[in-house]
Amino acid sequence: MRASRRMLALMLVTPTAALAHTRGGEALGFASGLRHPVSGFDHVVAMIAVGLWGAQLGEPAVWLLPVTFPMVMALGGMLGLVGIALPGLEVGIAASAIVLGFAVFREARPSLWVAALVVGVFAIFHGNAHGTELPPGANALLYSIGFVIATGLLHATGIGLGVAHRWPTGRAALRALGAGVALAGVVFLWHAVVGGGA
Amino acid sequence: MTRVGRGALVALTTIVVAARPADAHLMTTGFGPFYDGLTHLLVSPEYLLPMLALALLAGLHGPRVGRAVLFALPAAWLAGNALGLLVVPRLTMPLPTATVTIAVGGMVAAGRRLPLALITGFAIAVGVLAGVLNGVELATARSSQLAAAGAAAALFVVVSLVTGQVASVRAAWARIAVQVAGSWIAAVGLFMLGWALRGR
Repeated sequence: MRASRRMLALMLVTPTAALAHTRGGEALGFASGLRHPVSGFDHVVAMIAVGLWGAQLGEPAVWLLPVTFPMVMALGGMLGLVGIALPGLEVGIAASAIVLGFAVFREARPSLWVAALVVGVFAIFHGNAHGTELPPGANALLYSIGFVIATGLLHATGIGLGVAHRWPTGRAALRALGAGVALAGVVFLWHAVVGGGA
Repeated sequence: MTRVGRGALVALTTIVVAARPADAHLMTTGFGPFYDGLTHLLVSPEYLLPMLALALLAGLHGPRVGRAVLFALPAAWLAGNALGLLVVPRLTMPLPTATVTIAVGGMVAAGRRLPLALITGFAIAVGVLAGVLNGVELATARSSQLAAAGAAAALFVVVSLVTGQVASVRAAWARIAVQVAGSWIAAVGLFMLGWALRGR
């Protein structure tokens, strides 16, 4: 009996990690990444506003802004992953909705590099805040792939809606959408400053 | 418990506690090592993404560059694979893979014309690097050399399909879509770099 207990104790204290699988959490990682950008309204409105603004500005901004945003957003995410947290994240995200929404509302036409700079600066905040929220057990790489794809599809949605810019009624509708995004940004800002996060 | 029973228990316990970790299979299809290697590339985004980006880059530069990369990349992969199996004992994968993914994705996104020699040379360098990393994985998993051939075959098919498709594109919007895909790959590469530096 004593021997059995000793054997049992030995087995319990010296377990060998099973390495039968080289990977894990693929489906969870990809699905979480895909879902994450659309689960936060602040992220959704800003992404769509980038697409809308690009569509209003026309070539080459219509593709340059959606190219700029994911790359700079990923840079912000990378900074977050290595432990560099940007100050005033929620304020920055709220400001992105206000500025981008206002730009759409006003049909602002700055030079291309200014538009890319504005989008790029705000993209860093979005990446820093959202790109690092990996659920436990999920595959990090597939989470990132899902995250980038979802962000790109939100831009595409904005560009698709921006097609309405060709018609006078559509232009007015887009400006109204921009105003809505900016107003949502004001609400986010209120929550960030007063209510503890949007 | 009898002496025989105690002895059996000790023997069993010794086997259990002294067991080595199960050797990981890179991918098990049930069709043998060639198909395991073939599938391994297709389900490993860390390998597939830079290769896809290279195929997009080659396709954007037309059939001549596409043909050069189509043959240079799998050949370089096989050479690197042999190097990984024979020479290099251990290599960590995430940092070089992430760096290459950012670089090639960024080149696609930028959409600049590059000389044939530069793209082919870059494809060879990337192919050797990825092949070495794959070879180390194969050696670690004690997988058959056929798996390397399977991976190279998959690479050839992927590059030929993607490069051929992109090279035949004429519409401006379609070329822009390819550049956008490049920017997405570069963005994923940046995240890969972050995860690698974080140690995940």
